[in-house]
Amino acid sequence: MESSVQSKKLTPGKVITNVVLVLLAIFFIFPLYWIITGSFKDPVAVNANPPVWFPTNPTLYNYERLFQNPALRWLGNTVFMAVMAMLLTCITASMAGYALAKKRFPGRALVFSIMICAMALPKQVILIPLLKEMSFFNLHDNIWSVILPTVGWPFGVFLMKQFSETIPGEMLEAARIDGAGEALTFVKIVLPMVTPGIGALAIFTFINSWNDYFLQLIMLSSRNNLTISLGIAKLQAEMSNDFGLIMAGAALAAIPIIAVFLAFQKYFTQGIAMGAVKG
Amino acid sequence: MPSKTKTPKDTALVYNQGTFRNSALVRQQTVAAYLFLLPALVFFCLFVVVPMVMCLVTSFFDYRMGKPLTFVGFAQYIKMFKDPIFLKALKNTFILVIVAVPAVAIFSLWVSSTIYKMHAFTRSFYRCVFYLPVVTGTVAVAVVWKWMFNKYTGILNYILSSLGLIEQNISWLGDERTALACIILILFTTSIGQPIVLYIAALGNVDPSLIDAAQVDGANNFQVFWHIKWPQIMPTTLYILVITTINTFQCYALIQLLTSGGPNHATDTIMYYIYYQAFKLNDYGYGDAMGVVLAIIIAVLSAVQFKVTGSGSTD
Repeated sequence: MESSVQSKKLTPGKVITNVVLVLLAIFFIFPLYWIITGSFKDPVAVNANPPVWFPTNPTLYNYERLFQNPALRWLGNTVFMAVMAMLLTCITASMAGYALAKKRFPGRALVFSIMICAMALPKQVILIPLLKEMSFFNLHDNIWSVILPTVGWPFGVFLMKQFSETIPGEMLEAARIDGAGEALTFVKIVLPMVTPGIGALAIFTFINSWNDYFLQLIMLSSRNNLTISLGIAKLQAEMSNDFGLIMAGAALAAIPIIAVFLAFQKYFTQGIAMGAVKG
Repeated sequence: MPSKTKTPKDTALVYNQGTFRNSALVRQQTVAAYLFLLPALVFFCLFVVVPMVMCLVTSFFDYRMGKPLTFVGFAQYIKMFKDPIFLKALKNTFILVIVAVPAVAIFSLWVSSTIYKMHAFTRSFYRCVFYLPVVTGTVAVAVVWKWMFNKYTGILNYILSSLGLIEQNISWLGDERTALACIILILFTTSIGQPIVLYIAALGNVDPSLIDAAQVDGANNFQVFWHIKWPQIMPTTLYILVITTINTFQCYALIQLLTSGGPNHATDTIMYYIYYQAFKLNDYGYGDAMGVVLAIIIAVLSAVQFKVTGSGSTD
């Protein structure tokens, strides 16, 4: 397909490259294919040897058993967590990013360098003290204990600073001369100009929060408070060889987030690329 | 940079006032800036800075569940380097990094160079495909691989035995000789998505007129890559090396979900061992000390990568 749109001249090297690329693509898609088809297989088909490549008698048996667990509640917790983390991150990061990019004030360089240094450190290392801190705030086993540390991570500030650099200083100057206050300038001038950045950050935070299994594992414990990732891991620990049921859970965890990614992937890839442009 | 130095003079001109009015403006700007920064700073300090400081401080204490807190100096650090399991975890982590990081960097560069010139739709398709394991999430990826690696119902054993490559089924994750390699393979598939996105963006930014000029001068594809593209994508390469190293050092979820560090500590990583000590054995002080060592290793390696790739690009 790609060779026909890309160039007129077909060389053996190009053919080999494209064959390798297609094979790799199959290799990367296959696990997802196996999750989805596996979730519709009955126990006989799941354990069949040779394997059943496509479920000819699809069944909802695995999903029926999945929903005997509080799977919808897990999904609801996960959506709440990811949406709140996303909203709070976008608000705090767009404000802070604007201040760091466009305002000159004492301490600016210091604040920014501390944030950059923190980003270079392994964030999982701080999970032990973070758990102690959450217990201190009485937030242990509460979904907010997962949301708040996600908002604290400085990547968003860094990203929004990059986007805010592009706002022309003359526009801010003009607003000030017209007598617009700081808040009005931010809402009317800054926000519309950094909307692509906020879009990128929103989708980025949503996906990362959804998939941050380790943080969720440390913070949440009681069955009703789990996220979908934790729920699947728990099912796997409880019934390790019931692959049909586990694939149904994996599908429930993966499909919504993949749909979100595909819908907004333009912003997402743009955001990742922008985050790498180091200042 | 010019706008930075221009602003105060400009505002002084606009307001046509003396220094008094100007310094009032500066003060007002400072207050406004900190008000904008305040929410992010509160979250950052409470949930990043405070735990980091706590991690460092408790690493010098004997801090276990149900025992009084006692200062032990560097005892935890000394204990660590006499702990055979920690040393094994350290070795495994380094194997992971040494194999996975170059593989991710080289492979993602190859894929990106191949697809970045393609039709926008095809490029976007491949970019999504290679990003898919990242979005799917560690848990879903881990459970499906656990099934595919299964000794009896796994598809890998079926394919290899029908091709005649193996005589009897292999317990991929249960065998000391293969478990770590399996982890590296899965880690690889979940790590190349972001580097590919970054490389595609970086290659797209290479000035096409430079490439045209080189081709007119008779440069072949390799020469164009080596002399024109490679120096320009160097910052991206550096960034990719640093983030992939940081992520690989923190490999935890795959281990916990697939092997629990086994068999016989063959897949223990530092991160997994930290949380085993802290949350299974409730030895927080020891866990924090290992965390500090991990952070130092990562910082040193990032600095080295910076130095090596940085000096290479100036040649």
